Amino acid sequence: MSSSLTARRSSGSQSSSPATRRRPGSLTRSNISGWGFATPFLVFFLVFLVWPVLYGVYMSLTGKSLTGANDSMIGFANYAEAFADADMWRSLGNTLYFTVISTVPLVLVALAMAALLNVGLPAQWLWRLSYFAPYLLASTVVSLFFTWMYNPQLGLINDSLSKIGIPKVAWLNDPNVAMWAIVIATLWWTVGFNFLLYLAAMQNIPHQHYEAASLDGAGAWRQLFSITLPQLGPTTVMIVLLQVLASLKIFDQVYQMTAGGPGGSTRPVVQYIFETGFTGYRLGYSAAISYIFFGLIVLVSVMQFVITRRRSV
Amino acid sequence: MATQTLNRATSGTGTSPAIRQPRKKMTAGRIAAVVVAAAIAALWLVPFAWATVTAFKTETDAAAPKVSWIPPSGFTADAFAKVFQDGNIPLWTWNSLYTSAAITAVTLVISSLVAYALSRIDFKGKKVLMTVIIASIIVPPPVLIIPLFYQMLALHMIDTSWAIILPQVIHPAMVFVLKKFFDQIPRELEEAAVVDGASRMRIFTQIILPLSRPILAAVAIFVFIGAWNNFLWPFIATNDASLLTLPVGLQTIKSAYGIQYAQNMASALLAALPLILVFLFFQRQIIKGVATTGLAGT
Repeated sequence: MSSSLTARRSSGSQSSSPATRRRPGSLTRSNISGWGFATPFLVFFLVFLVWPVLYGVYMSLTGKSLTGANDSMIGFANYAEAFADADMWRSLGNTLYFTVISTVPLVLVALAMAALLNVGLPAQWLWRLSYFAPYLLASTVVSLFFTWMYNPQLGLINDSLSKIGIPKVAWLNDPNVAMWAIVIATLWWTVGFNFLLYLAAMQNIPHQHYEAASLDGAGAWRQLFSITLPQLGPTTVMIVLLQVLASLKIFDQVYQMTAGGPGGSTRPVVQYIFETGFTGYRLGYSAAISYIFFGLIVLVSVMQFVITRRRSV
Repeated sequence: MATQTLNRATSGTGTSPAIRQPRKKMTAGRIAAVVVAAAIAALWLVPFAWATVTAFKTETDAAAPKVSWIPPSGFTADAFAKVFQDGNIPLWTWNSLYTSAAITAVTLVISSLVAYALSRIDFKGKKVLMTVIIASIIVPPPVLIIPLFYQMLALHMIDTSWAIILPQVIHPAMVFVLKKFFDQIPRELEEAAVVDGASRMRIFTQIILPLSRPILAAVAIFVFIGAWNNFLWPFIATNDASLLTLPVGLQTIKSAYGIQYAQNMASALLAALPLILVFLFFQRQIIKGVATTGLAGT
């Protein structure tokens, strides 16, 4: 479309001969240049994304292992085994549990932080720096920080709690608490990202809305609930979607802080994939679990897509 | 809904006293907001502060059962000296730096080229290409680790920097961020060049790219931070201690140092430092970059 448009326009302003000469060959020429521009990306895309996705499906139908024992096709046996595998279900359950209990605070705290700053506080850079800085850390740094603070005997957190009379908690060693400990660390680490998205969305709300409201006598709280929050609807849907998809991929912090323990109580499905493939050497079976996990991600995305579409209509 | 509640508020109050009242309310509200914001900020700085204090303690003080902000035997940089003696942190920082820089550079080049084609060139199969790229946004990286590892093994790339770099240069969401930006550049700017007979590549490099600096910077920031901090794939792709990136290297420190808390924290802080410093200098650009690319997904 663009080439014919420019051709027509240039024929208007310039002599018509070059434009008409260009026309006949222009479709093939733009085919060549279009695919030419796309080629570098496509090469990487095909080799390192499309191929592994397809090859993974094939692997999941074989008994492939790192020991090279059994390469033959075994049909859906891996999937049948996975669906009967209590450890797989448990790890999927852990992932879903983490997703639910992490998404809520990661969205609400981010919203609260942005709403606070949006009141027009002085020293904006200071607040943004302190809320967002942890997001720039690698997961390993976060895990080192928190493992140290969670230390039951020497840790800062238990020490502070004991000062207000709360007994010691075995943060990462208590199966009832460990997942929450990971949620707290994750909240500290990544809430700054959602906070920035909210802040940007709030700053896009036209000023006139607030001016009109304050002329009408609406205070800061009133403005927050009657202007800011309603305007943030679409942003919230997007942030929740991104957060759910990010939380479903949980692996790093858990692997580093609890290694999935105690007793498998925090092991997420990505860690199960990792262990089945690289410690158990069962690549085929591991690939099958990967695709069950992929199915879950697709399901969630489609669900959210349907919800967003209905909302925006 | 916003306008509805707004109208109700309008009908309820008179206009003249309202002009002064909200200003007063705002100040009271603002003070409360500052207090709460400061409390959260303080809480958010505690892990940094505690890591710093621990890193400057002697190992004995760090492991003392009595928790102290000011250690009995005073502050010391011994832990940092020991960490530097081992010599791994500078090497890992360098590994992270060049792999992340390479990932960012390749991503920018290949993504902006394909984004330009999708935005400006009318070619056969464009719709299919666009659909496939959009659809691929949904593929979660963890699903790829098993087949990708096997593929890298076959290509003899495991335990090379190539294994870290090559699979990380595909960012379908960023292609769309760039395409959207290119779509907004007025076509008139290119027409003169077309009349002059400039090639597509010239138009792209001389007109489109210079106008796209802000979005290129945003994408670069997003990709660089992601690559710098990525753990799972580099962890799988490399075993050779001389190739480890910072996040992966730190994971090995934990088992190597065991209960050397001061050294653990010194290493963690040294690993955190580069990006924090960059952030202090380019805060505005980074925040803008994350805000513009963030909603496009990872």
